[in-house]
Amino acid sequence: MPDVLPTDVSDEEFKKWVTEKWGYKKLPMAGSTPAGTAKFFRTGDWAAKQPRLIVENCTSCYKCYFYCPDSAITMVAGEDGKAHPEFDMFYCKGCGVCAYECPGRKGEKAIIMEDLK
Amino acid sequence: MPTLKEYAKEKVHFSGGHRLCAGCAAGSMARQVTMAFNKPTVVCNATGCLEVASTIYPFTAWEVPWLHVAFENTSAVASGVEAAYNAMRRKGMIKDEHIDIVAFGGDGGTFDIGLQSLSGALERGHDFLYICYDNGAYMNTGIQRSSGTPFAANTTTSPAGSVVPGKGQFKKPLVDIVVAHRIPFVATAVPAEPKDLIEKVRQGLDVEGPAFIHVDASCTRGQRFDPSLSIEITRLAVQTCIQPLYRVIDGEYTMDRPSLRIASDPSKKKPIDEYLRAQGRFRHLYKPEQRDDLITLFQEDIDKRWEEIKAKCGV
Amino acid sequence: MSKIAVTGDDAIAQAAKLVNPDVVAAYPITPQTIIVERFSDFVADGEVDTEFVCVESEHSAMSACIGASTAGGRVFTSSASAGLMLMYEILQIASSSRTPIVCAIANRAISGPINIHGEQTDQLLFRDSGWISQFAETNQEAYDQTIMAFKIGEHPEVLLPVAVGIDGFILSHAIEGVEPVTRELVSDFLGGERKSILRLDPDNPVSIGLLHLQDYYMEARAQVRDAQQRSKQIIIDTFKDWQKLTGREYNPIESYQMDDAEYAFVTMGSGAGNARTAIDELRANGEKVGLIKVRVYRPWFGNEFSTLTKNIKGIISVERAHSFGSPGGILGQDVKSTLFDSKQTPYMAEYCYGLGGRDCLVKEWTEIYNRSIQGFNEGENLPYFWWGVRE
Ligand SMILES: Cc1ncc(C[n+]2csc(CCOP(=O)(O)OP(=O)(O)O)c2C)c(N)n1
Ligand code: SF4
Ligand code: SF4
Ligand code: SF4
Ligand SMILES: [Mg+2]
Repeated sequence: MPDVLPTDVSDEEFKKWVTEKWGYKKLPMAGSTPAGTAKFFRTGDWAAKQPRLIVENCTSCYKCYFYCPDSAITMVAGEDGKAHPEFDMFYCKGCGVCAYECPGRKGEKAIIMEDLK
Repeated sequence: MPTLKEYAKEKVHFSGGHRLCAGCAAGSMARQVTMAFNKPTVVCNATGCLEVASTIYPFTAWEVPWLHVAFENTSAVASGVEAAYNAMRRKGMIKDEHIDIVAFGGDGGTFDIGLQSLSGALERGHDFLYICYDNGAYMNTGIQRSSGTPFAANTTTSPAGSVVPGKGQFKKPLVDIVVAHRIPFVATAVPAEPKDLIEKVRQGLDVEGPAFIHVDASCTRGQRFDPSLSIEITRLAVQTCIQPLYRVIDGEYTMDRPSLRIASDPSKKKPIDEYLRAQGRFRHLYKPEQRDDLITLFQEDIDKRWEEIKAKCGV
Repeated sequence: MSKIAVTGDDAIAQAAKLVNPDVVAAYPITPQTIIVERFSDFVADGEVDTEFVCVESEHSAMSACIGASTAGGRVFTSSASAGLMLMYEILQIASSSRTPIVCAIANRAISGPINIHGEQTDQLLFRDSGWISQFAETNQEAYDQTIMAFKIGEHPEVLLPVAVGIDGFILSHAIEGVEPVTRELVSDFLGGERKSILRLDPDNPVSIGLLHLQDYYMEARAQVRDAQQRSKQIIIDTFKDWQKLTGREYNPIESYQMDDAEYAFVTMGSGAGNARTAIDELRANGEKVGLIKVRVYRPWFGNEFSTLTKNIKGIISVERAHSFGSPGGILGQDVKSTLFDSKQTPYMAEYCYGLGGRDCLVKEWTEIYNRSIQGFNEGENLPYFWWGVRE
């Protein structure tokens, strides 16, 4: 599709584009690409450590959510009805920012980093 | 003003799967910045880590229209985008709706090679928000010094050798230079203070005319610290007053909470020593011997600037 | 319409006015300044509803043009010499971004030493950039080609930037009669009411200008290569359409007295005028000489060129440009590689002339001819020669 922009490339089509490594006659023009396609790119395999939540210590302060550089945290309502982080290991690079920044409860962290086997 | 939790409801327009290093503060910053987008928004990006790592073809982390042309010209690119929207809107060729324009550049792309194009765009008064994410060197090309690199820092072009102890010059006062353009909105920020940062982005987008935000965004690789510390390092930058947080609206300076706390209780002001010790790029100031002479020089410069900014903010 | 007497720069500014671009971002440089000044007048007097971005450098001019064109606007700019050199990096990105920017160039020598006069080297130096590159011989041609450039560049099968060059001072500041066209004619010619090709569309977000690594870079470049090739037919069609409306004929490769010619000058731009007069005189003396004028330099119209040289014994390529250390001229290299494919390769003589605006009189063209023929008669190609330089 030369000379057009990739405005209607479906997720399925984009996956084909990558796996089939399309040639220039099929690729959209001007080196353009559909918005947000990095979501298909796994960066989780960079991680040597992974975060683990200790939910009792979580005060739902949201800090981990704002600090995570990799959109690897979503805040999900837990059994207590409060929002707690859920880690997406497809993206998490194991940087440990969330654990370092987590204020936890009474000095007890709600996120700890564990070695990934 | 919304609370931090309320901002968490905002859509993030910067996806995961980008290839910034683990713990790169530019990633935290980009996510926070996009949470402030509340109108149709387009992004122009200068060459540098943020651009390269977020858009390795055919993958892009950007969920809003995004354009990269080159390293030194993002402000000019944004000027052209703005001009075209204005003309097309006037001619009825596009919807009559406002489009926010955000330009990102690193310290290299802003303090150095892009300064002319930035100054031109500010002077012409284009309606856009420029965000300089300053990680203190040309990180993408391998940690070369920029005029934004702090004093004494070890970079690959200001190496700490046996004779020369890292960079010999203090940081260029870029924010002052930008303020001197008399644009309606200028601010400083850090990703350690997300509420403050997001608020400033909103304000910057809402003013008519050019707005500028300088974000101290740490770099684990180039400033050399454990990735888990990236946010802490930017917090330290505020606590040591190397990056005071303030905004300048129509020439009026106001100091923001995190810095104001220090201004009203000087015992909270941490010595620069704490900032320096935390980063490998300053290791030569401590080993093989402690260079108190240089640390003192650094401290004096910060103190002087801190007094200046306090005076400007009237605190 | 009755003719107007205008300089080459003015003619181009008037043409741009009729096109009414959405954005003009430009920076002044002699001998292009009149274009920018005139266009500023049109903006100031409300004769166009263009956003004029009065940038702080040519680098920013081209950058703003790419931003504006990517946003979906119709964009015009103008430069020369040092200005183009400053833009050089961004010129390449204009083509890879597929932004149909039109850039008028008042060709000027490049520093150093600094010189402000006519020379085409500035435009030839971005021959490899993906830009469509044309030269005009007269102010009328400059006027017409500027308008046509928009139609060519914006064609959906092309979407490439287009440069139109005029020799600095020789045309840019010389007053000639130009037959104007109307705004309506231009509007019809360009396809009536323009729909914007909004590329930075918040409703349909895409990313443009990504890092292409080893796995995709060649594919991205191949698209530009193909767009250049496709533009050939569009250029021919556009020239024909213009002829239908105005009666003025344009061809990518033009010829004069080539039907029975044994020898041919090849040149570009305003020099063709003196070449023609020299040819008339030489023909009066029985010499069978003609002229091939290259109007469109990129893409290179090799087939059209070789059709004209089929029966030619010797080619005399004369260009107001130079390339240090090269085996010949810049245009000369295209000519030579085209001739290499022909069954009977003619003799070749290559000249650099007129650098920094130095005159080349009709009698000098005749001398160039005589010198070349003498060599050809001795059975030789002539080595690349700088005409008129003192030793
Ligand atoms: C004209 C030009 N000169 C040099 C470069 C090489 N280059 C690319 S990114 C970069 C440094 C970027 O530094 P900065 O703006 O601080 O961003 P960072 O990578 O640190 O985030 C350099 C020198 C270039 N791309 N273009
Ligand atoms: S930072 Fe810690 S306490 Fe705060 S929400 Fe995250 S896990 Fe819970
Ligand atoms: S370890 Fe780093 S990447 Fe992973 S969730 Fe925590 S902050 Fe995000
Ligand atoms: S080098 Fe530094 S700025 Fe660049 S991606 Fe890595 S941490 Fe971020
Ligand atoms: Mg940097």
